[in-house]
Amino acid sequence: MKELMQGLREASIKAILECESVDELEALRVKYLGKKGELTGILRQMGKLSAEERPIMGQLANKLREDIENALEERKSSLSEKLMEAKLASETIDVTLPGLAHKAGHKHPMYNVLDQIKDIFIGMGFEIVDGPEVELSDYNFTKLNIDAGHPSREWTDTFYFTEDSKICLRTQTSPMQVHAMEKGVLPIRMIAPGRVYRKDEVDATHSPMFHQIEGMVIDKGVTMADLKATLNLVVEKIYGEGTVTRFRPHHFPFTEPSCEMDIQCHKCGGRGCPTCKGEGWIEVLGAGMVHPKVLAGCGIDPDEYSGWAFGMGLERLAMGEYKINDLRLIFENDIRFLEQF
Amino acid sequence: MILSRKWLNEFVELPIDEYDDKRFAEAMTISGSKVEVTEDLSQTISNVKVGRIVKLEKHPNSDHMLVCQLDVGEEEPVQICTGAWNVHEGDLVPVALHKSLLPGGVKIEKGKLRGVPSCGMLCSLKELGMTAVHDYPYAVIKAAAILGDYHPIDPAKPSISPDIHHGDTIFGTVVAADVLHIERFETYKWKVELDLGFRLVDIVTDCQNIHVGDMIAYDSKRGIICTLNDLRAKQEEFPHCIEDGIFVLHEDCKPGDDVGKLIGLDDHVVEFEITPNRPDCLCMIGLAREAAVTFGKELKLHEPVVRARARGDINDHAKIIIEEPDLCPRYTARLVKNVRIAPSPEWMRQRIRNAGMRPINNIVDITNYVMLEYGQPMHAFDFSCVDNGEIHVRCAREGETIRTLDGTERKLSTSMLCICDTDKPVAVAGVMGGENSEIVGDTAMVLFESANFNGPSVRRTATALGMRTDASARFEKGLDLDNTVAAVERACELIELLGAGEVMEGIIDVLPKPIEKRTVKLEVEKINALLGTDIAEETMRDILTQLGFTLEGDTIYVPSWRGDVEHYSDIAEEVARFYGYNEIPVEFTGAISTCGGFTDVQQCEREIGLACRSMGMDEIITYSFISPTYYDKIRMPADSPLRDSLRILNPLGEDTSIMRTTILPSMLEIISRNYSYRNKAAALYEIGRIYLKREDGLADEPKIVSIGAYGNGVDFFVLKGWVEELIAQLGAKNAKFVAERENASYHPGRCAKVYVDGSYIGVMGQIHPEVAKNYGVDAEVYCAELSFEALFSVKGGIPVYKPLPRFPATTRDIAVVCDSAIPVGELKDCILENGGVYLTDCTLFDVYTGERVAEGKKSVAFSLTMRAEDQTLTDEHAEGTVKAVLEALEKQYSAVIR
Repeated sequence: MKELMQGLREASIKAILECESVDELEALRVKYLGKKGELTGILRQMGKLSAEERPIMGQLANKLREDIENALEERKSSLSEKLMEAKLASETIDVTLPGLAHKAGHKHPMYNVLDQIKDIFIGMGFEIVDGPEVELSDYNFTKLNIDAGHPSREWTDTFYFTEDSKICLRTQTSPMQVHAMEKGVLPIRMIAPGRVYRKDEVDATHSPMFHQIEGMVIDKGVTMADLKATLNLVVEKIYGEGTVTRFRPHHFPFTEPSCEMDIQCHKCGGRGCPTCKGEGWIEVLGAGMVHPKVLAGCGIDPDEYSGWAFGMGLERLAMGEYKINDLRLIFENDIRFLEQF
Repeated sequence: MILSRKWLNEFVELPIDEYDDKRFAEAMTISGSKVEVTEDLSQTISNVKVGRIVKLEKHPNSDHMLVCQLDVGEEEPVQICTGAWNVHEGDLVPVALHKSLLPGGVKIEKGKLRGVPSCGMLCSLKELGMTAVHDYPYAVIKAAAILGDYHPIDPAKPSISPDIHHGDTIFGTVVAADVLHIERFETYKWKVELDLGFRLVDIVTDCQNIHVGDMIAYDSKRGIICTLNDLRAKQEEFPHCIEDGIFVLHEDCKPGDDVGKLIGLDDHVVEFEITPNRPDCLCMIGLAREAAVTFGKELKLHEPVVRARARGDINDHAKIIIEEPDLCPRYTARLVKNVRIAPSPEWMRQRIRNAGMRPINNIVDITNYVMLEYGQPMHAFDFSCVDNGEIHVRCAREGETIRTLDGTERKLSTSMLCICDTDKPVAVAGVMGGENSEIVGDTAMVLFESANFNGPSVRRTATALGMRTDASARFEKGLDLDNTVAAVERACELIELLGAGEVMEGIIDVLPKPIEKRTVKLEVEKINALLGTDIAEETMRDILTQLGFTLEGDTIYVPSWRGDVEHYSDIAEEVARFYGYNEIPVEFTGAISTCGGFTDVQQCEREIGLACRSMGMDEIITYSFISPTYYDKIRMPADSPLRDSLRILNPLGEDTSIMRTTILPSMLEIISRNYSYRNKAAALYEIGRIYLKREDGLADEPKIVSIGAYGNGVDFFVLKGWVEELIAQLGAKNAKFVAERENASYHPGRCAKVYVDGSYIGVMGQIHPEVAKNYGVDAEVYCAELSFEALFSVKGGIPVYKPLPRFPATTRDIAVVCDSAIPVGELKDCILENGGVYLTDCTLFDVYTGERVAEGKKSVAFSLTMRAEDQTLTDEHAEGTVKAVLEALEKQYSAVIR
């Protein structure tokens, strides 16, 4: 009986290893281990054995069953691996063929830059406010300390809707300073981006409609040091860490002291090159401490509150960011342009 | 404002070698006087030397060239060929030697001219970057007609015979003559001996191109050598007899001297951008003051002294009446007798030239010089042209005109301030003088005006007349009221210095309202609190004092030229400028007490933009103004209230003259542009404003979500899919589309109004082919105009979680036949309304018209989805739903199951 089992072991293992398909393997399982299989056949002869031999043979038989089962299992997994390999091989594709096109749209490059700026200011606790473009001259000029004789009020510079020059297209986003202050909710930390209009013929650097971003902070104890700190941070966010800045005195009717902020030319590091027109510096924005007259005119006590404000041109910023050399491209909206950004 | 560094040194010692241009420009910019550019004029010219012509010979191989031997201060003379005929032996001329540089970047090297070596070039004034008339009036060249140079226009019919001889008559009293001898008589004048054939004559001429052996035309009656003008000849007939030539120097110089230095190019010039609040910096003294404080140097000012030796007092001759004291707050004048017009001296011409102006003559130059030095524009009148010796400063009368110095006849309007005599205007105040009182030659009496005019008034007049002059550009910014006397004194001092006339005694100074002394309180703590600094009071006082402010205790007296300073914040700026903006600390003041962030409206706008882009649309930005003709272009009905736009009264042009009341033309323009650029397809969006007239004259400015597309298979249903998804992305439900046939901009059969929950959102569809044609687009164009406000108002709130279904859905497909005119949308609404509780969805999957249905009918197939939340639906449930749906369809639309 022992010999029989040894014979079965050798025959079955050999058959299993030679088997080449899962179906055949199943047939082998039935042949050797099935109810009518060869192992069962051998076990039927157990009755003829002595009481001492029976447990020993039983153990051997169990071991044999186990081994055949393991062999079947091993063979099966090796067979399915091969099967998978073959399947994968047959499914191989040319990965350099083009993808199925799905075109998402593009944000206008200028609004890309604007959104970047909005995010920076929101991070510093600023709100974004919006206001009218058809504006009272009072708000666009008078309340900003721009007196009646100022050249910017001329009909050669500003678009008007009424003969008495009382209603105009805003020439700057600065009237939003007045609107924000007149709301009377203090403190104020706001930016106001938007369209502005000036009577400039269209060329590579001019457009009768363009965009500005106004910003203003009004609170108790706001200083020029605060203006510098905030704008330095903003400029570093826009132009990269370590951007060197400088502040130059300038003049705006609605701020005093007033300044312009320059960044050191990133191309030449301040030595002077065509990008910075040899100056080593590039002007980025105008700013200043809100004029006490403007504060008072908007019902804010300049002895109690102070503030600073800034304004910057969005087109120039976007043109600098993307090296766009002609302003007309911005408003031309050629998709070959738009889809580059 | 252009500043000469050499001139500046007269007021503040800032040697160029110690304070180079970069250092100077940087410091001035940082203290508030922004430098635009600097230029080292000496770099524009090099190796150009004074040379004396020691020998002059005809060129062996040319009939119009000369070979010169020149002493240029070296051992050996230099040989140069020249085509100019105005040089003579003994002349001092500018010589551009081998490897020299001339203004304008021209480089000169030695070479050969028709076989003769030439080691450089003799220079004309033009080649030195100047003109004779303005820069060196004495060097204006007069050219005789040299008969040997005659080239007839028609060779067959020469006016002068080619074999003409001395003594032959040319016409009238003009005869041909040979030049026998020539010698210098005085500067630019020569004594010439002529052979007329029948006799010899000696005459003096100022024609500079005559040499021994030349044949010229002599007018025996007038006793002159004829120029081209005298012969009424054209330049092309005497191509080499031109009124241009070498600059023969009449300066204090010797061979070998540097010409650059000689003509004032040993200077550096600095161009400033002066802000409009600082007109006091539009002159040497103003900038010198800024420079002195910037560099901590002494400011040296000069007090003009007028001797006034001429007999008589201005007050006995002239009377000045200011009729418009608001427009002319001050008028100061002096009289000068026996004016002798001459070129001004070289030093003055150099300064004027380096400051960017043109020298003219001593009187004009003096007025310009004083304007450059003091910032006070001046005007000089021929006083004999001022009727009755009275000057009236008044506005022009109706119909008055004046011919200004530029020779233009100008109509004056009654708002224009003029300087008049008792009868007529003699100048447009602060802008330009009149020809009727121009000083043309030596004049018995000249009135020097030094006045102050209202800035805006001058600006408007100058703009209206289209002539912005150096004077008006200064006046329009509002000048120092207390500068007129000093300026006129300086002008008279220069008159005496230059010997240009004799200044009379007395001065007229009309000042209708006394000058107010402005004061500001020095508030040290407030200034420091505003700046965020800790600047010592002493420092503040020092800065202010140096700038010309005077302090008495805490009271600051503002100098008259600083009209911009009226408040402590102005004082803070003065202090900060010289303390240094960049020395102010960089420091956040306190805790941020605001939160910041996007509002719900702004958030919604961002979501719409994102949705549009995710569906493949590119964002555009279009002008807010359009042309009124665009309304016709989009076929807007003539009676549409939207045609009532806000109209810009002073537009750049018709195309940008009204504020758009509809965004459609803006989108179509961009579509049209992309189409014309041959972009095969485009899908675009803009969230832009329209401008609707309001009662108060201002505008409502609602935002519109504008979508536009063509090409790439875009059709009505692609567009509709975008609009539906846009609405879905906002969490809004129940979007409904109703056929719209009335909107003339759209295809009447392919246009829909969009509603959400019954609120009107906007319109969408195919653009009317006529409109597309108007925009030059030969393709189907699809647009949508959706109200942003309406979209925002239907935007869904925060979504609430609905449990996922636990029981499977059952579907049934139905097909019904109905009149083909019935909109599918209505059938669908009917199904959803009548489907009962189990019906959760209804999807169209087929619309069929054709052979298998009757004429005028269509078959519409829907897939119905049914589901219950508490059980698996049985066939009975499903059949019941279908039955209810079919009954309703039949009842309401006579749609029967197919």
